Amino acid sequence: MDDAIAVRDLVVDRGGRRVLDGVTCRVPRGTVTGLLGPSGSGKTTFMRAVVGVQVVAGGTVTVLGQPAGTPALRQRVGYLTQAPSVYADLTVRENARYFAALYGRGRGEADRAIRDVGLAPAAGQLVATLSGGQRSRASLACALVGEPELVILDEPTVGQDPVLRADLWARFHAMAAAGTTLLVSSHVMDEAARCDRLLLIRQGRLIADDTPAAVRAAAGVDDLDEAFLRLIRAGEAATTSTDAAATREATA
Amino acid sequence: MNPRILAATTGRILRQLRHDRRTIALLVVVPAVLLTLVYFMYADQPTPPGQPTTFDRIALVMLGIFPFVIMFLVTSIAMLRERTSGTLERLLTTPLGKLDLLFGYGIAFGLAAAVQAAIAAAVAYWVFDLDTAGNIGLVIGIAVLDAVLGVALGLLCSAFARTEFQAVQFLPVVVVPQLLLCGLFVARDQMAGWLQALSDAFPLSYAIEALQEVGAHAEPTGRMWRDVAVDPRRRRRGRRGGARR
Repeated sequence: MDDAIAVRDLVVDRGGRRVLDGVTCRVPRGTVTGLLGPSGSGKTTFMRAVVGVQVVAGGTVTVLGQPAGTPALRQRVGYLTQAPSVYADLTVRENARYFAALYGRGRGEADRAIRDVGLAPAAGQLVATLSGGQRSRASLACALVGEPELVILDEPTVGQDPVLRADLWARFHAMAAAGTTLLVSSHVMDEAARCDRLLLIRQGRLIADDTPAAVRAAAGVDDLDEAFLRLIRAGEAATTSTDAAATREATA
Repeated sequence: MNPRILAATTGRILRQLRHDRRTIALLVVVPAVLLTLVYFMYADQPTPPGQPTTFDRIALVMLGIFPFVIMFLVTSIAMLRERTSGTLERLLTTPLGKLDLLFGYGIAFGLAAAVQAAIAAAVAYWVFDLDTAGNIGLVIGIAVLDAVLGVALGLLCSAFARTEFQAVQFLPVVVVPQLLLCGLFVARDQMAGWLQALSDAFPLSYAIEALQEVGAHAEPTGRMWRDVAVDPRRRRRGRRGGARR
């Protein structure tokens, strides 16, 4: 029961294509877990399955001890979609206050969430007039405002200024230290080093599920980007040799 | 449904509307302009003795039709916007329930429609001397019900539309037949049997009949109350459809 998320043999098909193919992994409570992989690898689909808005073809997803999508979980899980989904015709503050109200929180929490993402100077501005990076931070504020136990963040730091990105990661770690579990997706490898644990995913399959140090050790290199590449190559070589073996058997 | 979430959602939708000044201006001004048009169209028409003037007859019905058509459009587009902007999916991951959202839209746009109906009725009665046997309050009340009917049908249609383009196409499909058969162009009892049956099935027919009853009788009539009662029943059916995703 120490896992915030436990996934077993998760299979998801979308548009006639297998997007997740038998993913099994765990996310321990109170950690920042990075979900890494190239675009189209199935990161967003995985996150949707965890928040319970994705139709799954097989397997189980257990979130905070309950099946994903259980109504009681909605109060406890915060979700940041990849495309900022806030109301463009409201101000940042109005957006934050609305989402705060949905979680039964007040104006104080809304203002704090805005401060936490560094948007306090723009709080009175209409979201439509914000830059792309500010808009995604407004969306982030709305995901954090309910003070959820589990936070699912789909590429929260894309397009952010490096200083701000460092601030956000510091904020994520402070939240984890206070007991919150965070699952953060990214396709930037330099962010992987900031995570407590990594889930590496490629073409719908899990390639690694470990700490950054262990991933480096397994691949035998210091650079995570290089490590990821080696793990993929190693995986491919294994599949090719089994395929070749299968072919040999079939011909024999 | 949760009262706190419903209130927050209604407030949020009204706040969005408040930021959109042009839409507010259109909501308020357009009915008055159209009434002016109708007034001058029929200004020189002779009226048979003992009958209401053509303007009285048409303006009264228009007071019910404006909120219906406008709220239908506004609602179906607003709901589609929730879907295409990703906010709908996000809302469904929060403690908000589908009914909170549907009733939030119903209440918020119902309030907007009440303002619109009151202004349009004020213009009709005081600028153009609209004359009805019944009370102006009843007329506004029925107009608000019509608006809520428009909201409900808009929500229902938005469930079947994937894009704003498709949503707009539902106007000719859902609204125009109701306008044609509601008794404005041809009295309902003079239509062919199958048209009358269609007209009986359309909720707008009852709304218009209720308005005509107010126009013809000083006191609320039994038929008017029946019409008002039929209206919400169909509305509920529309709502339930709208909740489907």
